[in-house]
Amino acid sequence: MSENKEMKLTVASSPHVNSPVSTRSLMLDVLIALIPALCVGTYFFGPRALLLTAVSVAGCEVFEWLYRKLLKKPQTGGDLSAAVTGVLLAFVCPVALPYWTILIGDFFAMFVVKQLFGGLGKNFLNPALAGRAFLMLSYPVFMTTWVRPGVANWMGITTSVNDAVTAATPMGTMHGSTVAAATLPWLGDSGATLQDLLIGNVGGCIGEVSALALIVGGVYLIVRGVIHIRIPVSFIGTVAVLSLIFTKGNPNVEWMLSQLFGGGLMLGAFFMATDYVTSPCTPKGEIVFGIGCGLLTWFIRYFGGYPEGVSYAILLMNICTPIIEKYTKPGRFGVTKEDIKAAKAAKKGGASA
Amino acid sequence: MLHQFFGGVHPAEHKDLTEHKATAPLAEAPAQVVIPMSMHVGAPCKPVVAVGDEVKMGQLIGETTGLGAPIHASVSGKVVAVEARPHGGGGMMMSVVIENDFQDTPDPSIQHRDNVDALTGAEIIEIVKNAGITGMGGAGFPTHVKLSGAVGKVDTVILNGAECEPYITSDHRLMLERGEAVIGGARLIAKAVGLKEATIGIELNKPDAIEHLKSLVGAAGDVHIEGLKTRYPQGAEKQLIQMITGRQIPPGKLPADVKCVVCNVATAAAVWDAVTEGKPLTRRGVTLTGGALTEPMNVMAPVGTPVSHLLKMAGGFKENPDRVLFGGPMMGNPIFNMDVPMMKSSNCILCMTAKEAADQDPAQTCIRCGKCVEACPMHLTPLFMRQNVDKRQWSAVEALNVMDCIECGSCNYICPARLPLVQSFRTAKFAIRDEAAKAQAAKQAKEAAKA
Repeated sequence: MSENKEMKLTVASSPHVNSPVSTRSLMLDVLIALIPALCVGTYFFGPRALLLTAVSVAGCEVFEWLYRKLLKKPQTGGDLSAAVTGVLLAFVCPVALPYWTILIGDFFAMFVVKQLFGGLGKNFLNPALAGRAFLMLSYPVFMTTWVRPGVANWMGITTSVNDAVTAATPMGTMHGSTVAAATLPWLGDSGATLQDLLIGNVGGCIGEVSALALIVGGVYLIVRGVIHIRIPVSFIGTVAVLSLIFTKGNPNVEWMLSQLFGGGLMLGAFFMATDYVTSPCTPKGEIVFGIGCGLLTWFIRYFGGYPEGVSYAILLMNICTPIIEKYTKPGRFGVTKEDIKAAKAAKKGGASA
Repeated sequence: MLHQFFGGVHPAEHKDLTEHKATAPLAEAPAQVVIPMSMHVGAPCKPVVAVGDEVKMGQLIGETTGLGAPIHASVSGKVVAVEARPHGGGGMMMSVVIENDFQDTPDPSIQHRDNVDALTGAEIIEIVKNAGITGMGGAGFPTHVKLSGAVGKVDTVILNGAECEPYITSDHRLMLERGEAVIGGARLIAKAVGLKEATIGIELNKPDAIEHLKSLVGAAGDVHIEGLKTRYPQGAEKQLIQMITGRQIPPGKLPADVKCVVCNVATAAAVWDAVTEGKPLTRRGVTLTGGALTEPMNVMAPVGTPVSHLLKMAGGFKENPDRVLFGGPMMGNPIFNMDVPMMKSSNCILCMTAKEAADQDPAQTCIRCGKCVEACPMHLTPLFMRQNVDKRQWSAVEALNVMDCIECGSCNYICPARLPLVQSFRTAKFAIRDEAAKAQAAKQAKEAAKA
């Protein structure tokens, strides 16, 4: 075939096909999975929740662009990972947080936590959670000013500030004062029922209030193969088992359910602990990581003076990720445990001989 | 009860292009065949014909010079050249070029054999050796060597009908059209290694082949047909053994070390033809497929047919291909010279359009998603291996067992950052072997200097 002489052919190393899944499509799926929680947050906290999230997304994208521009590195905004960080950071902040404050959090997450360590894939802490921890230390008052659902508008809090800010979060009251004579007495003056916790009609951060919306998003991610069920199940399962056993004298099942649906557990277990970059990439390691997160969450909630343990639990486990990976590598193909023992014994024997 | 193998992926199959097309003889035989003297693992053969000789179909034209399998003329005609020609593996290879007289005059040695049941195992292996049969699934290991090494050592004969690579359907068609030869070959191989039973593993995406072979075996029950979940790389030797027996081949060992011998179904049919009809391996079924080809089809073609002739038979290209491959998209090798001949192990010629082929996006950074770890059927950690390849830390890559990598491409396929993982592992393997060889040479030189 003489016309072949004109043909240009690619000569490449196999394989010659790719899965259609790319970094961008994975991140897009995460954003889609966060939509239900965003809708619920906006419904209960008003449009300011939506705007704060949008500001945070824009902040993350701009800071990432700026860093890479300043350092003359190729731009990576298209992979949408900065947008995911932006949404997640807004989700773990109260709705009344000033816009400039969340931008400081975005800056810390993007510049310090992510880009200074080399950008996507290189950071060792979850940027959104580290941003939240930074804001928590720097602006504790803003970060713990909870509003009752439905009292914030675009500009912040407009109704009587005293009314607005007294809303206690269920987690705060659960582990603090004990108030008698309600269906769930340990939820105290937050006045929440289990149903409220499930739907999200409670005080708290924008994205963490509705357990149901987060579970819907989490199931979407699992079905789409974006995350594996291992981390969420081992994380939530550990908290469930421990809170079923240790109840501080409250009815077991209700106490356990309010532990699961209250606070940031669902958001943390499905969206934060499963962050690819900062969680182990070995299957066994994911289970160890999830159990570790669950244990730490329970420790902080049960013994700590601080009501909410999820974010610090995940950050602490992020730090353990390399060591977990080191000890949870898959066993070598064709080598059994007996083989390894025999090899060790032979080595010892050889050394002593 | 079937076992499981870890990992794997499920790429789009694209088998519908050819799976219902019966294997047809070439509409037009090639005017010339170029038969390379190496189509197997081992030493190249020595040509035993000279320019000007008249050869008959099935006549011996290449003798083994060590590990290898003899080579026979695939058409009758006149030898017009004995010289180095471009080879599908890249580079040049001593080849016998035969001008076809289109008579297909058979060599007198090709005789029907009646007393098949009376043959001993050793006799079967001798026939397989003289027929030049090599593994037809890809690697091309001489079958008689594999069988004689397995005599008395194995308890399981496995035939590989998985055909897990996308696009390829030549084995599927073979099982449907020549099921008797596959089953007969399975029995002969079992007998050759001193066993009475064999197992054929077939992916569940070929239910018609599974049913057909089951009905052929019928009440005899000596050949087991196992349907395997459709999952690439099911047909990789190690994974197939794991699926069927639950045994894992230890690093650096062979199937016989876990008491198994694995042959392709096409190899089994070739054994049947050699034993019953006296036919050496000179032709095989090839899938001509891909989105760039006008008329994808399955053909029965003489070994040595130039790729360009095969493509012409399939109507040529309807659009410019991005790449042309020997084999499937996961492990196939690119062809850049359309004059190279097909070989005993060529089961497919795949012409992919740019749209079908891997996208050309530049590699991004690893996001540590761990999908490669979950996909690796050899229990490796491709992302950590890759990090060390980038740093040229060969000893660290070796410590992560890169030498166990079977280059199936699963990690590379699944990587959302489009990292060229398999290519980097090939680089690492090459460098590690190279360093080991250099160290060996230095040691020898030192010893020589001492002496």
